[in-house]
Amino acid sequence: MKIIVNGEEKSITGMTVFEYLQTLDIDPRPLAIELNREILPKNNYKTTMLREGDQLEVVWFVGGG
Amino acid sequence: MVEKKDKLIIAGREFTSRLMVGTGKYESFKQMVTAIEKSGAEIVTVAVRRVNISDRSKESLLDHIDLQKYTLLPNTAGCYTADDAIRTCRLAREAGLSDFVKLEVLGDDKTLFPNNEELLKAAQTLVREGFTVLPYTSDDPIVCRKLQDIGCAAVMPLGAPIGSGLGIRNPYNIRIILETVTVPVIVDAGVGTASDAAIAMELGCDGVLMNTAIAGAKDPVAMAEAMNMAVRAGRLAYLAGRIPKKLYATASSPLEGVIE
Repeated sequence: MKIIVNGEEKSITGMTVFEYLQTLDIDPRPLAIELNREILPKNNYKTTMLREGDQLEVVWFVGGG
Repeated sequence: MVEKKDKLIIAGREFTSRLMVGTGKYESFKQMVTAIEKSGAEIVTVAVRRVNISDRSKESLLDHIDLQKYTLLPNTAGCYTADDAIRTCRLAREAGLSDFVKLEVLGDDKTLFPNNEELLKAAQTLVREGFTVLPYTSDDPIVCRKLQDIGCAAVMPLGAPIGSGLGIRNPYNIRIILETVTVPVIVDAGVGTASDAAIAMELGCDGVLMNTAIAGAKDPVAMAEAMNMAVRAGRLAYLAGRIPKKLYATASSPLEGVIE
């Protein structure tokens, strides 16, 4: 199925948000995630299944003023 | 020492340093960490950006910032509407687990001046959602008063455009802002060198926030130290109470007993 991650289309198999982050080798701790424009609390990463057409925003802190 | 007991209090939280610094534009994380240390700052600003999911070689900024020592102040840099700024703040709270935000809503990318209409709108929503809002604003006393009335924890008028290094262009407006609001007034943006920071503090401001002035200096670590001293010197001079300005001289040495 296809999902949109940070504006890019990705093809994935059915999995949770947590599992998807693992496939990307991303440490979930310093992140914040929006699923379809709603904040996805960190506690829900392991229980939230990704679905066709889902839009994910995966952000973290970078240097800034 | 008058300086020792002099704390900056924002939304009930006490800070010893009145200098806040950014984390952008440094050559390396190492340089950033040393500069922040030398600045003595306790509050550091950060930006919220997409993780590059195809290139995972980048380290996390938070691996380099000791969260026991520093309070993060995520910004909404790059946001031009209230909606985008609100969205960014919600993400920042989720990523950082703190409700402090530096709210900026920009009007255009040439001046980076605030869009105060959108700023007020965003501030209203964010205060309602429990954020501690520190808004970057024009040096406009009326807008500052409105931000305070909405419930912002401080107001952060610009001294000059972001990154311009022009210093405090309108000290009279800053003075009026200081008389208009009771929340902390923090000059955010415009500082170019140590004397600019000292001037802001001598006016009676509660703090100064800067990034480019330090990170863009030839020697950022030395400039961070200079800013640390300047903010403390300016604050102390303000508390000490300067002499009035006069047009003509007043002799410092006694006039009696001059040899004839």
